[in-house]
Amino acid sequence: MSVRRLAPKEQQPECFAFSEENLAWAKKQIAQYPEGREASASIAILWRAQEQNGGWISEAAIRVVADMLDMPYIRMLEIATFYTMFQLQPVGKKAHIQVCGTTPCRLRGAEDILAVCKSRIHHEPFHLSKDGDFSWEEVECLGACVNAPMVLIWKDTYEDLTKENFGKVLDGFASGQPPKPGPQIDRQFSAPVGGPTTLNTAAAKGEGRSRGGVQPALTDADAKKPTDSASRRESPAPKPPADDATKKGKT
Amino acid sequence: MTKLIIDGKEIDVPAEYTLLQACEAAGAEIPRFCYHERLSIAGNCRMCLVEVKGGPKPVASCAWGVRDCRPGPNGEPPQISTRSPMVKKAREGVMEFLLINHPLDCPICDQGGECDLQDQAMGYGVDTSRFAENKRAVEDKYLGALVKTSMNRCIQCTRCVRFSAEICGAPEMGATGRGEDMEITTYLESALTSELQGNLVDICPVGALTSKPYAFAARPWELGKTQSIDVMDAVGSAIRVDTRGREVMRILPRFNGAVNEEWISDKTRHIVDGLRTQRLDRPYIRENGALRPASWPEAFKAIAAKVKGTDGKRIGAVAGDLAAVEELFALKDLLSKLGSVNMAVQGGDAFNPARGRASYIFNPTIAGIEQADALLIVGSNPRKEAAILNARIRKRWRTGQLKIGVIGERADLTYEYDYLGAGADSLADLAAGKNKFLDALKGANYPIVLVGGAATSRPDGAAILAAAAKLAVDIGGLNDDWNGFAVLHDAASRVGALDLGFVPGKGGLNAGRMTAPGGLDVLFSLGADEIKVPDGVFVVYIGTHGDAGAHRADVILPGAAYTEKTGIYVNTEGRVQMANRASFPPGEAREDWAIIRALSEMLGKTLGYDSLAALRQAMFKTVPHLMRIDQIEAGDIRAIKDLVGKGGSIEKSPFKPAIDDYYLTNPIARASAVMAECSRLASGRMLTAAE
Repeated sequence: MSVRRLAPKEQQPECFAFSEENLAWAKKQIAQYPEGREASASIAILWRAQEQNGGWISEAAIRVVADMLDMPYIRMLEIATFYTMFQLQPVGKKAHIQVCGTTPCRLRGAEDILAVCKSRIHHEPFHLSKDGDFSWEEVECLGACVNAPMVLIWKDTYEDLTKENFGKVLDGFASGQPPKPGPQIDRQFSAPVGGPTTLNTAAAKGEGRSRGGVQPALTDADAKKPTDSASRRESPAPKPPADDATKKGKT
Repeated sequence: MTKLIIDGKEIDVPAEYTLLQACEAAGAEIPRFCYHERLSIAGNCRMCLVEVKGGPKPVASCAWGVRDCRPGPNGEPPQISTRSPMVKKAREGVMEFLLINHPLDCPICDQGGECDLQDQAMGYGVDTSRFAENKRAVEDKYLGALVKTSMNRCIQCTRCVRFSAEICGAPEMGATGRGEDMEITTYLESALTSELQGNLVDICPVGALTSKPYAFAARPWELGKTQSIDVMDAVGSAIRVDTRGREVMRILPRFNGAVNEEWISDKTRHIVDGLRTQRLDRPYIRENGALRPASWPEAFKAIAAKVKGTDGKRIGAVAGDLAAVEELFALKDLLSKLGSVNMAVQGGDAFNPARGRASYIFNPTIAGIEQADALLIVGSNPRKEAAILNARIRKRWRTGQLKIGVIGERADLTYEYDYLGAGADSLADLAAGKNKFLDALKGANYPIVLVGGAATSRPDGAAILAAAAKLAVDIGGLNDDWNGFAVLHDAASRVGALDLGFVPGKGGLNAGRMTAPGGLDVLFSLGADEIKVPDGVFVVYIGTHGDAGAHRADVILPGAAYTEKTGIYVNTEGRVQMANRASFPPGEAREDWAIIRALSEMLGKTLGYDSLAALRQAMFKTVPHLMRIDQIEAGDIRAIKDLVGKGGSIEKSPFKPAIDDYYLTNPIARASAVMAECSRLASGRMLTAAE
């Protein structure tokens, strides 16, 4: 953590306005909260402003969101400077790379990833590369320790990185064809490298018996879709256990 | 009520108390930084740790409710220890953390000597630091003309953030960043806009926010401290005047729960430099159109020469905003000896004290606002006319139990209100039931109808006052235990003058007619700077500053400012309060009553008192309630009922703000460079807003 300030005046755009689509979305967000508690929508809306603004929050955006929620500007500034997910200076046009530098990733070689960032993008974090397409920063744990080391670019994680395949990830973004998110080696999600190591007998796989169409609790289709935010899932609602103690009507 | 055992002493406290309050009630002293009685609880400094028996860790007593304490195993009351070794060790740990990043600035810090951190470090600090790393460095922030920052010293208690959001009602301060890098600032370092911002300096427990005008001026232990009363507005805030030698160095608030709690407005606090500049320190006489310095006898002779040939009916007196009752009484005596009944106080033409006291004071009292459940503001901007009283209204409004309606200027009053209209016709509409707000007033148990300067300073002020009184009567705002008719004055002298009967006698002229062309030949101006005297009138100005009044004067008699004399003032609620002398008038200037007494002798109409005590005795004989210091002589509600229907017709034009520039309302403020700077900042804001 370091002192977080807004970008210098020269970099600040004059104004900010939500696109029609985002404005409608923001109004829906505000409507989720009771009257007088509209400020609760501030983080969601500010983040949407960041997305629209090319990945960073300008001073004008802070004012626009604050006005929208009828909050004093200083309160919105507090939020924007408190949460590191809000970028306060312009970030790379094609990718802003957040490299996890917390212990598990560090032990599995995050240092190499940082070295690549430093050599290929800029030797300092939060600085744009020469072409303005890339920037990087080191962040704390992003919760993908199983597949360490990893980076977060926009909304997707790229895991199991090495110097080589991270370089390919960067090349992909540079050429406008980003690689598939997730592990960059041969493994499915967080499953063991090279395929399952347990429950791989025929019986365990349910072969030879009829399962009556019973589905596993989560399927691959439920996982986060690339470029979606993690909160958005295809399955409409989480499935409760069969006999849920919180179920109504149960005594 | 809940029983607790605190330090072995059993005590019964209300269940909604916090542990800190309970410990204080038990007589234990709890160190604290972030906790402040009048602010919300933050619980982030951790200095107020106490031990609750049975708990594994010390708890922050400010954020721990009495009802959260569990009883002992056999149902005995919870035991709290505030002096155990565990508590001491815990607090020492907290103090060590606080001091890690706190610079050793005490020798050059303005807070030195009155610093909470310094004091508490004496109790809980250690003499060395184990912290070998670099200290945090924080950039200083610009917060306007009154608050100087030294942010390395900030311990992030967030008192200032809460104060500006909760008390000021101008949520401008905030804490950006987080953790060690949290910084207190305003949005992009814009200047604070609140007229209570000076209190940030008092509320800051360390030297991070200090007074900009007072920076490096004096040390607290070299100052003489005098308890006094403020006269910048009619609230009569309790102040402490700090002097070094004969110079007033600063003004601080004193606690007075009935009036200002513990806040004072910026004008009260920061006019100090105005007491030094532009002072009249010797008499002046106008000769050939120019003022020349003169001696007292010369000045008196010049007055005597003029007055002796003048008919009493052509002599008059107007008192300014800052006059104490003593000099008003002496002047009134002198005038009646000269055969004149022409006397008035600035802005007091709408009031007739003969009707009774209730017709011109703030009857519900300032503390009574916290009982009110509906408030109608007629022709007033309390934020400018009485900033401290406005803070009280906001305090009540924040509880959600006060409905507020405003007729007059549509200003930011720091609370929400129903805007009912701009002028007197809106008042008539409201009274006629054309607005829903009337139901709110009628349904209220403790309604207040507040009439302010924008209404009473108009030529038809008396009629508006009467209309407001009628409304107060109609909504049932007057009964035996509640008087909801409130007149908000904006000048410290006015209620005192009305109490004394410093108003036109039978056939006398009021201030408006005295200053009309051809009204008078000789005018005594007791610090009246806001009147425009026509040509041809011989003006004797008794005052302190070379302001508008002195420029117009033919003879200037230099008087004493409110910090330089003991004087009785009556605030807008009718509370009699005494201001004390903290220093002496400059040069040849004298106390105003003594000037009038000396002048009377030269005029051959010697007043019958030679000392202030004798004058007061005579004054108390005629107006006995003035001797009951710090008490309010309650008005009779019949006076308000008597007001109904009086005063003539009402003009329909909208109310004009009574105060254009909050920072420049009186001669002392106008002489103050600090107030000028504040005024400039404030007007700059208005320009930006208009763009």
